[in-house]
Amino acid sequence: MIDWAHFTPWSALAGGLVIGAAAALLLLLNGRIAGISGILGGLFRPMPGDTAWRIAFVVGLLFSPALYGLFARLPSATIEAGYPVLILAGLLVGAGTRYGSGCTSGHGVCGLSRLSPRSFAATGAFMAAGFATVFIIRHLPA
Amino acid sequence: MHSLSAFFVGVLFGAGLIVSGMTDPSKVIGFLDIAGSWDPSLGLVMGGAVSVGLIAFYVARRRTTAFLGGTMAFAERQIDRRLILGSLVFGIGWGLAGFCPGPALVAFGAGYDKAVVFTIAMLAGMALFELAERFLNEGTR
Repeated sequence: MIDWAHFTPWSALAGGLVIGAAAALLLLLNGRIAGISGILGGLFRPMPGDTAWRIAFVVGLLFSPALYGLFARLPSATIEAGYPVLILAGLLVGAGTRYGSGCTSGHGVCGLSRLSPRSFAATGAFMAAGFATVFIIRHLPA
Repeated sequence: MHSLSAFFVGVLFGAGLIVSGMTDPSKVIGFLDIAGSWDPSLGLVMGGAVSVGLIAFYVARRRTTAFLGGTMAFAERQIDRRLILGSLVFGIGWGLAGFCPGPALVAFGAGYDKAVVFTIAMLAGMALFELAERFLNEGTR
């Protein structure tokens, strides 16, 4: 059943277009894939001349809520998971995205946009695992 | 120049995530909960982003250098076990917390303690991956 009370089609589409525009700019201006896990991961494997732009991008992401807040009200976030689950989840997301060479942005947005078979496979895999995990947590009796 | 444009793109990417609602983990989990009351928003975020991305990669395929200089070549590799296993592990973590790397950094920037803890754990996961790679593949990379 579609959750009409929470479904926000227009802001989702608008935000998606902005994300796509950002990925397009990084691709065409810098010749880089806007994959967040790849940009972060590259900092653990520093190469000369390849570090400053990664840090600049991450700083931009970190500052985006403050800059956004100058023009509009920031939406609130609800983080239901407790600290132990967040730590486990963070470890899995960090190691998994590096082992699988990408996340929702690198494989999901950029990879699908370049019609990469690898990214279609990766996106299918992390979506399926995400669906299964939430199903187990929410719908299976503990 | 590459750093200046990367900073600007980071801000724009973050703004897109904020507008889209994807910096709220409960909204991401609302999408992943297909058996419950389903919020399809994340699908439209991906659709909107990919529709712009398709045009960008169409342009990029006709070029060998980026507009600010530097090469623009993306090799396509085979689908292998690492890709699928890594993506499955990522998906489990994504479903547990409702955070993937981009939104986690933005929520970190917005000052959510839980996002800070998630991000530190994520960086630790990346560091562990690097250590394991170096330990297991001495000299093969």
